[in-house]
Amino acid sequence: MNDKYLYYPGCSMESSAKAYSESLAAICEPIGLHLEEINDWNCCGATEYIGISLTPAYSLITRNLALASLQADGTRTVVAPCSACYLNLAKADYYMQERPILGENVNTALAAGGLHYDPGSLFIRHLLDVIINDIGLDKVKSKVVRPLTGLRVAPYLGCMVPRPDYEHRWSNPEYPNELDRLLKTLGAEVIDFPLKTHCCGGHMTQIGPNTAFELIRRLVSSADQYRAEVMVTLGPMCQMNIDAYQGEMNRHFHTDYRMPIIFFTQLMGLAFGLNAKQLGFGRELVGTREMLQRIGVEAPEPIEAVPAHKPRMKEGLPMPRMPGDEEVN
Amino acid sequence: MTGPFDSASKSPERIGVYVCHCGTNIAGVVDVAEVRDWTEKRLKGRGVIIARDYKFMCSSLGQEMIEKDIQKLGLTRVVVAACSPHLHEQTFRNACQRGGLNPYLSELVSIREQVSWVHTDKHAATDKAKAVVSGGVERVIKNEPLEPLRVPINEATLVVGGGIAGIQAALEIADAGFPVYLVEREPSIGGHMAQFDKTFPTLDCAACILTPRMVSAGTHRHITLMTWSEVENVSGYVGNFTVTIRKRARYVNTELCTGCGICQEKCPKKVIDQIYEAGMGYRKAVYTPFPQAVPRYPVIDKPNCTYFSKGTCKACEKFCPTNAIDFNQQDELITVQVGNIILATGYDLFNARRIPHYGYGRLANVYTNLEFERLSNAAGPTNGEIVLRDGKTKPKSVGIIHCVGSRDRNYNNYCSAICCMQSLKFAHLVHERTGATVYNFYIDIRTTAKAYDEFYQRVLEEGTLFVRGRVAEVTDAARKPEEEGRLIIQVEDTLAGKQRRIPVDMVILSAGLEPRKDAKETAKLFGISCSADGWYIEKHPKLDPVATMTEGIFIAGCNTGPKDIPNTVSQGAAAAARVLGRIQQKEIFIEPVRASVNQDKCSGCRICNNLCPFNAISFIEDRKVTEINAALCQGCGTCVAACPAGAISGTVFSNEQVLSQIDGLLMLNLEYMKEAPELVAV
Amino acid sequence: MTSEIQTKTSFLHDPSNPNLRFLEEVSAHTAGVSRLEMCIQCGTCGGSCPPAADMDHTPRMLFAMIRAGFREEALSSNTPWICVSCYHCVVRCPQGVHIADVMYTLKSMAIRAKLYQDSTAPDFSRSFVDNIEKYGRSYEFGLATRHYLKHFPLRLPGMAPMGFGMLTKQRMDIMPHKIDNIDQLQAILERAKEVEGLS
Repeated sequence: MNDKYLYYPGCSMESSAKAYSESLAAICEPIGLHLEEINDWNCCGATEYIGISLTPAYSLITRNLALASLQADGTRTVVAPCSACYLNLAKADYYMQERPILGENVNTALAAGGLHYDPGSLFIRHLLDVIINDIGLDKVKSKVVRPLTGLRVAPYLGCMVPRPDYEHRWSNPEYPNELDRLLKTLGAEVIDFPLKTHCCGGHMTQIGPNTAFELIRRLVSSADQYRAEVMVTLGPMCQMNIDAYQGEMNRHFHTDYRMPIIFFTQLMGLAFGLNAKQLGFGRELVGTREMLQRIGVEAPEPIEAVPAHKPRMKEGLPMPRMPGDEEVN
Repeated sequence: MTGPFDSASKSPERIGVYVCHCGTNIAGVVDVAEVRDWTEKRLKGRGVIIARDYKFMCSSLGQEMIEKDIQKLGLTRVVVAACSPHLHEQTFRNACQRGGLNPYLSELVSIREQVSWVHTDKHAATDKAKAVVSGGVERVIKNEPLEPLRVPINEATLVVGGGIAGIQAALEIADAGFPVYLVEREPSIGGHMAQFDKTFPTLDCAACILTPRMVSAGTHRHITLMTWSEVENVSGYVGNFTVTIRKRARYVNTELCTGCGICQEKCPKKVIDQIYEAGMGYRKAVYTPFPQAVPRYPVIDKPNCTYFSKGTCKACEKFCPTNAIDFNQQDELITVQVGNIILATGYDLFNARRIPHYGYGRLANVYTNLEFERLSNAAGPTNGEIVLRDGKTKPKSVGIIHCVGSRDRNYNNYCSAICCMQSLKFAHLVHERTGATVYNFYIDIRTTAKAYDEFYQRVLEEGTLFVRGRVAEVTDAARKPEEEGRLIIQVEDTLAGKQRRIPVDMVILSAGLEPRKDAKETAKLFGISCSADGWYIEKHPKLDPVATMTEGIFIAGCNTGPKDIPNTVSQGAAAAARVLGRIQQKEIFIEPVRASVNQDKCSGCRICNNLCPFNAISFIEDRKVTEINAALCQGCGTCVAACPAGAISGTVFSNEQVLSQIDGLLMLNLEYMKEAPELVAV
Repeated sequence: MTSEIQTKTSFLHDPSNPNLRFLEEVSAHTAGVSRLEMCIQCGTCGGSCPPAADMDHTPRMLFAMIRAGFREEALSSNTPWICVSCYHCVVRCPQGVHIADVMYTLKSMAIRAKLYQDSTAPDFSRSFVDNIEKYGRSYEFGLATRHYLKHFPLRLPGMAPMGFGMLTKQRMDIMPHKIDNIDQLQAILERAKEVEGLS
């Protein structure tokens, strides 16, 4: 059996999300993740090409899947770390099945490049899904040498990984618990972040900055209300918007938030005892020094367990229980 | 092709064929006259001596036409081409009988459901109708005269479920003087209605109108009440069911118990009552769910009892003035004989946790409808005070969300029917008791029954603010200072065309109604069918809504779909009326449509044994053959098709009949073929 | 305009059909099965939409307009351009309408019909796509600078620290990266455009 995964990095991994790329490279070996990059992959078109024309946009995306098929050699899973790339690849695969005419047209186009893709023949999955469901939290836990005890983190998945989730790979499209579970495994204190799958503004930082700033403000201020020390994400666009545009957002609203946001792979690396530089720390614009110092401390100060506005009531009426409460909290 | 169409094998029968127009239902698509002409001409050789068409064959004139032809022309077989046998098979069988012909020598073939309603091409539809008629003719030739089976009816009735539907049904039958076993799995009868505070639209107190019925049911001399009990096995058939009921150990001797309640007072173990109090209140490990419970005897909840888990305590036993506590009690299996069964098993509430963005289970002051019923109930955990989860703060503003989990293809597609009125009732109660500002968020207001829309008007007059829009999310993530510490309902006000964020203190979710979690297992136990959702399927949704396809098993209340109390009660009474009609007949004629096993051919493979949906098949161990109980068999044919040895055949659907019908259906094709078809060896 | 679009979208439907309604046209240009005709106007989409306040119309209203055949009004609306593709509406829609993908469709139709009023967003998409068609990869630095220079020149000084930061942290390449087999990609895209009826 071939245990490799076909790896589609996406453009951001080579530029704005270098820290993601570096930290991923660093944790692959400890958790036994074998990624093989798709040769000569191209951009997925982000959210732009599909807003211009249909067949060219989906042909652009599907060229990557066609190339992946050529390289498959017994494996069927394509892994993407970037949310938008993951969604585009997954959607192309799904829609080509849902509406066969789209599949036919895309393949007509691919034929001009000598390529072909059978929709449904590959599984398109996000990196976090593979780590949680294939590698497993037990394996992750066994590699933790520096638990992130006391670090209050806000899990932030953004939109495009848990939604629309046509293949039902996630526990819930609005409140998925996968990232929470991973971060808890690393020993962090995970807040019940109500905006964990809300939008960072996407490309609106480019085309309608005021709209985007409002969305960024909502996320950062909510994480701040919950006294999170760092937001942890899994998409380059989310990280870029909240990190790089936070200063401009502060100017826009006359606020002074300093909420660092990093990739979950960076935190995994820290918990595995790897050094911060190797994990791409230092590339972020909103600094992480305080946060790092906190983990460096041998016995971190005890932290109040839950945010003030969500008290566990001693008296009054009983609260309905949620299935899986034990597991997540 | 061998065969039926050779002139050598000319049928000796004298067959009459009647093609129905069904107004324009059939005649609008099928050329009825052409079918008649073709039949008369082409099927003459098959014994058809007369073919007629008529506007409504099911009318008395149509039926008389058949009767007269039987008498005057000496018909020996009758084929009617009209609607589905579900509807009118009995009508035409009766007509034949009146004309002097054995009713089973007729066939009703469907050219409506299977032809005119499903095709638009008139020419092709007419051809298909001819084929269907031809199939009917070939089949009817092979029919045999049969006599219906007569079965005596046991006068006792089993009612499963002690909610208002089951109580109503039980009382109607018992009042008529016949015995009823009323089985309920909770410690008391009363069902969901016992949990409610007020009932719409009249706002009478649910307990005030329900408890007299509960008491009647509990004390009726013809009703044997079995609570804390469940049906475990059902065998037999209409008129003669044998039912095994597990009466779970109460650990309370009901002969001695007076229902004084001291045990409940003294029991040190307090647990959250997930059933009756909907998780909103507490009960003890020994308890009656509510003061007016029927019967009044408590039960000991074994898993939560300190004595059962730790071996010490026995506080209840110590304090019981009549020594009624009995820790050694065992479950009892009780077998009863009944003639008919009424299932009134009710509904479950949609699990609001499935919509995480409405916050139930995460945000303290989001309540479900059932929780709110308990909250507003004078006998509930807060004595009717409408307060937040802290147990004391009165809300200043309340949002009520309709259609939670209903009308949504992510959850349940159907409308839960009661939520609009229930939400209006909540709006009224909140307004009346707290003076809070009330918002109702709805997609459509459906107030279709008597005095319902008037109630809507009343709630409008009271100043409830209606927002037309399905709520997008309920969140505690504040964006503005005035939102801090409150629940924010985010919604598009579709009439204003704007997104709104409305801060409130309390949210009530009108969660929809769902089939019981175990509805499918229950259906299997009683041999009835349910939809993919789990709602039970009526024999006919309009004309026979309380009967099932299984003779002797009736259904009432919310197990067929969401219903309000008036409809539920009507159904309970209707089911009882159907049962009483049966009992009065003293015996019942059942269809001789039965499968039987040729025991010489049966290999004893038992493949058919577990397939029978009516539990009619049993295996005789000593002879290693399978046997079919003729009274239990409903003639579905599953076993006939499954038998690898071809040992099972059915009256009215023998292999010979079915193959002849297929020959008939194919005859038309043969006509169109230039050359004889090649037979493909199988 | 209508006829031009109809004849150009040859594969999606029968172009000779004069009765093609606007709603069907939108559905025909959408990637999956749009289910637009199933909308019950409940407002779940408009309620869920994070930037709804900045939209001319809520998505729900837009669907009512599409259904009513208000072609020009619908294609002139800024709504699809404000959509952030968060898919909240898609997973919450009780009728399973592919709302986000319909928004993409409306953008492409508006561009072709030249009915959009604000040029910022389409221009950004166009530049992004131009880079892809040229290099096979996106080119953030070139795109961002060019775009801000053209549309938000006054914001540039404010953004300078951020841009500078991205450069010094080596999170932006000054030179674009090109894939090896760009000829193959370009051939594929050319053929795709022919299929789409765009060339």
